[in-house]
Formats: sequence, structure tokens, C-alpha cells
Amino acid sequence: MADHMEKINDKMAKLTIKRLSAEEEFPDLSQHNNHMAKVLTQDMYTKLRDRATPNGFTIDGVIQTGIDNPGHPFIMTVGCVAGDEETYEVFKELLDPIIEDRHGGYKPTDKHKTDLNPDNLKGGDDLDPNYVISSRVRTGRSIRGFCLPPHCSRGERRGVEKMSVEALDSLSGDLKGKYYALKNMTDAEQQQLIDDHFLFDKPVSPLLLASGMARDWPDGRGIWHNDTKTFLVWVNEEDHLRVISMQKGGNMKEVFNRFCAGLTKIETLFKDKGTSFMWNEHLGYVLTCPSNLGTGLRAGVHVKIPNMSKHAKFEEVLKRLRLQKRGTGGVDTAAVGGTFDISNADRLGFSEVALVQMVVDGVKLLVEMEKKLEKGQSIDDLMPAQK
Amino acid sequence: MPFGNTHNNFKLNFKVEEEYPDLTKHNNHMAKVLTKDMYAKLRDKQTPSGFTLDDVIQTGVDNPGHPFIMTVGCVAGDEESYEVFKDLLDPIISDRHSGYKPTDKHKTDLNFENLKGGDDLDPNYVLSSRVRTGRSIKGYALPPHNSRGERRAVERLSVEALNTLDGEFKGKYYPLKGMTDAEQEQLINDHFLFDKPVSPLLLGAGMARDWPDSRGIWHNDGKSFLVWVNEEDHLRVISMEKGGNMKEVFRRFCVGLRKIEETFKKHNHCFMWNEHLGYVLTCPSNLGTGLRGGVHVKLPKLSTHAKFEEILGRLRLQKRGTGGVDTASVGGVFDISNADRLGSSEVDQVQMVVDGVKLMVEMEKKLEKGEAIDGMIPAQK
Repeated sequence: MADHMEKINDKMAKLTIKRLSAEEEFPDLSQHNNHMAKVLTQDMYTKLRDRATPNGFTIDGVIQTGIDNPGHPFIMTVGCVAGDEETYEVFKELLDPIIEDRHGGYKPTDKHKTDLNPDNLKGGDDLDPNYVISSRVRTGRSIRGFCLPPHCSRGERRGVEKMSVEALDSLSGDLKGKYYALKNMTDAEQQQLIDDHFLFDKPVSPLLLASGMARDWPDGRGIWHNDTKTFLVWVNEEDHLRVISMQKGGNMKEVFNRFCAGLTKIETLFKDKGTSFMWNEHLGYVLTCPSNLGTGLRAGVHVKIPNMSKHAKFEEVLKRLRLQKRGTGGVDTAAVGGTFDISNADRLGFSEVALVQMVVDGVKLLVEMEKKLEKGQSIDDLMPAQK
Repeated sequence: MPFGNTHNNFKLNFKVEEEYPDLTKHNNHMAKVLTKDMYAKLRDKQTPSGFTLDDVIQTGVDNPGHPFIMTVGCVAGDEESYEVFKDLLDPIISDRHSGYKPTDKHKTDLNFENLKGGDDLDPNYVLSSRVRTGRSIKGYALPPHNSRGERRAVERLSVEALNTLDGEFKGKYYPLKGMTDAEQEQLINDHFLFDKPVSPLLLGAGMARDWPDSRGIWHNDGKSFLVWVNEEDHLRVISMEKGGNMKEVFRRFCVGLRKIEETFKKHNHCFMWNEHLGYVLTCPSNLGTGLRGGVHVKLPKLSTHAKFEEILGRLRLQKRGTGGVDTASVGGVFDISNADRLGSSEVDQVQMVVDGVKLMVEMEKKLEKGEAIDGMIPAQK
């Protein structure tokens, strides 16, 4: 701990905001149910409030979203965000236990493995398209040297946009595409992109609003996609970049191939410009929300499982397969017509290949189970072991 | 965002062009005034408590405005904001407050005896009367910028002061935090409670942080004198009752305010006030008296008359729906109140409401009888 403090002490920004004593400033978290509220004690707050990252991000900046959004009795939100890469170091005492709780016991000494070699994925090209309607893989990337969306200035955000668009405009072949800045988009273009499941929401979520991520909207925000609409990049939404590969049907292998190829090309382009993505061997890719650390990867399908989803053991099966369900509108939406969004639950502590493998194998099994249930057969012998 | 000042020096690494907001689609007072040169000049400044230019303008950047409604688009984070960011705020104040100059002096008059009449507005038309203002406690940052500790201190000091009130002012404090849904619903229906923050204008300025911590409402037993704690200002003070006796409403308003101010002084606190801006509040639109005196009045005929807006303009009054700012009127009932805040006194403004509403009710009665009102159109006040 002494080493850690030495490392960060020199670089911390000087705080000048007027504040009262730690006791008078400590938030009331008695009605709260999120990861931050479970971890932040008065003692911890007293210690951390004297610190700031080199860019001036403070503990109050980290936790504001968790104070303003007490949470839900059944859904455990994270309740904190990073304002820059250094947040994870400067506020380690708060974030390490949250990371551990959120990411299946991931320890401060653990190392995270990055594997973006699509050849390592087994199968995944034969998910039954009668059931698997679409396949999608997304991740996030942060550009080293810029503050993250909760804390960045307009100048930084525009810098991220400029650099990203330059890199993306130099992509070729099946990745060749075009950037649509939100600022200049017509309502018609915008509606088309939303209908295609391409565009990100105007910020209405109180989770985003409370952390300051919606400031200056829509300045510096936009979406880039290739001509065939199978590879997209969101610029300056919840992270600097969100990279998405998607297509109709169940060929997850092809989706993942394109995902890895595109990401690798983009990373090379950034390196050529003298920058890189925020990454370290403990946390993997560094993103705004602690829940997205590691791979930042969510690979999923929209799959028709009306029978399976009503089965008493549905939740249990998902849990054992390390998968999660969402409605087809994304996080916090309801399923429509028995069609679910099924994706990996993990982000940190497993590689990209490992996570996509879990989705491929798990969805294959779920579809088999659905077919059995259609025929009125039992699925007891298909129950998987805990992964 | 209020934690923004810790980043301000870092932002100076970027050129003005890179940091200056895009205001091309904007229509608010801030956007009309803030040029790139002005931004360049003010961007390295901060108030002693650390409020920066970007903090002042964030709400105006995030809320471009409406083609017909001119919002202010900026807020103060503390008393010093009006001094440190004078170059921006003076022209906005002038534009918003009818040409009020940086050298002008504002008159405060809370002597209710100076009000003429006002006790006889026809209750068949005037359903209710209300006067509100705001007050800021000197030495504490304002709602866009204050910390939890400061906000809690404002609550504590305010509740201590309010709990010493007696007689017609004896009352009780209801913190938002402990309030039951039933109590809250009752207070909303009585037109007493303030909204949970959903307005993007408030959210964009950081005023809803830590909600509902240290927010609450105090009211007297008679439910005719209320104080909101830590909403858009430290304190909002409201006197109200059914019917048209604005004189009584104003008396209670002045007496109550004076008692509160005296109690604060006994504890070595006072309100933010100066002879140029009068009472200092969060939004530049509320400077001066911070006073909105108004009635809910039935004007179904007058409100559809071609000259309604003209009459309001000449009387220096404004209309709103009965749900408050940005709501629609229901059943021909309008909220009519003074348009001015700065450059005229409390008595002046309430006098304009009393005289103006009296005239409009007379006009309504004429129109009911099918008579013309052309002879009654007032001169510009």
C-alpha cells in the first residue's frame, strides 16, 4: 500500500474545492443497493477524498452516479465510474473490492489474458438460423492520454473523435465505410440507424446523466459503419469507442472473425499515430465502467426460445453456462415474443476467445433444449455442469 | 459538473477553438452573448470556491433552448460568480432584465404597508393568490456547486431558524428523505411541494446531485407560509392562500421573511444581497427581488381575445399554466404574475400584479356581457 501511495502521490492534482469535514460530506447510502454502496465506508471516504488523479478526478466524481441512483432491489448496478486511466490506481481501495465482487472474485494480483485470435474459436458457424436470428459482438476501447466520458473536456472529446475518424477512414476492403456525426445527422438518418439497431440512445438513462457523460451532447459523438453495415463504431458514447460486429443469422464465427480483424487493424492504425488503447496486464482493456474491464466484450445472439425461457430451470441453466439474458432492446428491456438476447456474463478474467466460446457452446445447447421441449421431451439429461 | 474545477487547468492545454462550445443551434441568453473571445478571456478563471466558466454555462450548452422561449442558459455556483464572470453575466442580466445596467442600483422594499389595495380582487375570478421569492445564505456555495456537507449545513441552519417561528408562523419541517409517499402526494396536491428533478435545465446544472439528501419543505400549521429547502435555491419562501386577498398574502410574506432574516442574523448569518443585484440567487433571471407574485384567475374570454398578449406586455405581467412554469392552462384558468425581478422593488412588483389583475377581471366581465374592452387597454407600464 505504501508503494502504491508513493506511485500516485507525486502526480495527483491539487484540490481546491471547498468542503466540510469528511463526516459532513459522507453520502447517505442507507437506501442504496449497488456495488459502490456495499463497499464505501466512512473511513474509506475520509481517506480517498484527499486524493485526485493527475487530471483532477476525485472520489465524488467516481461515486456520484451511485449516490444519485440508489439501485434496484434485484439488479445490482456498479454505482461508480472512472474519469481517466489513473482512476483505477488512485482509488484502488474502493475499486478493487468492487471489481472483485462484480467479476467473480477477481483478485488485485490476478492477471487478465487477452486473446483476439479468431482461429482459436471452435465451431460457431452453424447455430440454427431458424432459432438464432442475429449474432453480435461488441467491445469498448479507450484512447490513452485522454480522459474518459465522465470527465473529459469538449476539447478532449473532439480530439478522440478526430483521431478515431482519421483511423476509421483509412480502413479498406469489406471494412471500408463512413462516419456520421450525430451533430449533422438528419432525423431520417438517425431513425434508420436506430431501426437497424446501430445507433446509440440519446442519453436519458439516469445512470449516464448523473456521471456527466451526456455533457455537450451531441458534440463529438457519432457513428461510423462499413458499407455493408456489419462493422460499426460508436464514438464518445459511454466509452471513447464501442466496436461492434454483427449480422443476421447464427454465424458467430464470421462475426467474431470480422470483429478481431477490424479491431486489430484499428489498433495498428492508432499505434502508427503514436497512441494506443488503455490496457494493462491486470485489468486488460480499461473502460469507463468497472463492469466492462478486461475484454469489455459482450457477445450475444437474439434467439427464439419461448419454451426454454418458461422452463423452471432456465435461470439455472444460464447461470451454469455463464450467460445472461436481456430483452431485445438491450440492457433493461423486456423480451418480446419469446425472443431473448443471450450473451456472456463475464468480462474480466477470461479472454475474448473464451467468452465467445461460452456463447457459441451455450446457445447451441439452449437451441437443442428448445427443440426437445417443442417435442414435449424432457431436458434433464442435457443440464450442463457449472462452467 | 461541480467537480469540474479540478480539471480546469488541464483543459487549458487545449486551444480555445478546441474547447469553445458549439452554440450554432442554440437560442438562450448565454449563447447570444458568449463569443469565442469572451470564452478565451474567462476560461482560466475560477471563483474562490472553484466554480469555472464551463460550470456556469454547462446547462446552456446542454439545453439549446426553444425557438419561442428564451431560457437563461447559465447559473451561478456561488455569490462570487456574478463578479468573476461579470463579462458574461452583465450583458445577460441586461438583456433579461430590460436593459439593467452594470451601474444601476436595485431597490429593496419589503414594507407591506406601502402596497395600495390588493384586498378586494374578486374571488369569483381570482381563485388563489401567492407570492414567492428565494434567498441564499451567505458563505455557502449555491445548488449547482455545493457539496453535500454545505447543503446539509444550509438545511440545518434553515430548520433551526424556522423552528423558532411562532404565532401564525409556527410550523414543522418535512425532510424529503423521510417523507412517506402519502405525505408527498398530499403536499403536491396542495401545490406545496417541489418537483423531483426531471427538468434537463436543473439536471444539466448539477442541482439534483445527491437527491433527496437535505431537501425538504417547511410549512406553518395554517399551510399559508412555506419554505422549500435546497431546491433550485437555498431557500424558496412562499406565502399563499385561496381567494383574492393579495394584500394579506403579501403582509404575511414580508413579516415572515423579516422574522427569518432576523433569526439568521442572531446566529451570525445573513442572506446574499448587494445594492446592485439585490438578492443573489442561482439563476440570473431571479436576481433583484427574486419575487414572483401571482394569482390563479379565470379568464376564459380575455385569454382568447386578440389583444391578450399585448395587454399582458403593457401591464408587465406574464402568464403560465396552473402547474407552474412550462405547463398549459386548464379550463381558461391562468397563472398571472409579474414579469420583472430586477430594477423594481417587491412592493412595485406586487402592486403591478394587484392593479393588473384587477383590470383584467374588469375586462373579463365586460367581455362576458359582450361589450368591447378597447377603451380599457392600458398604457405601457
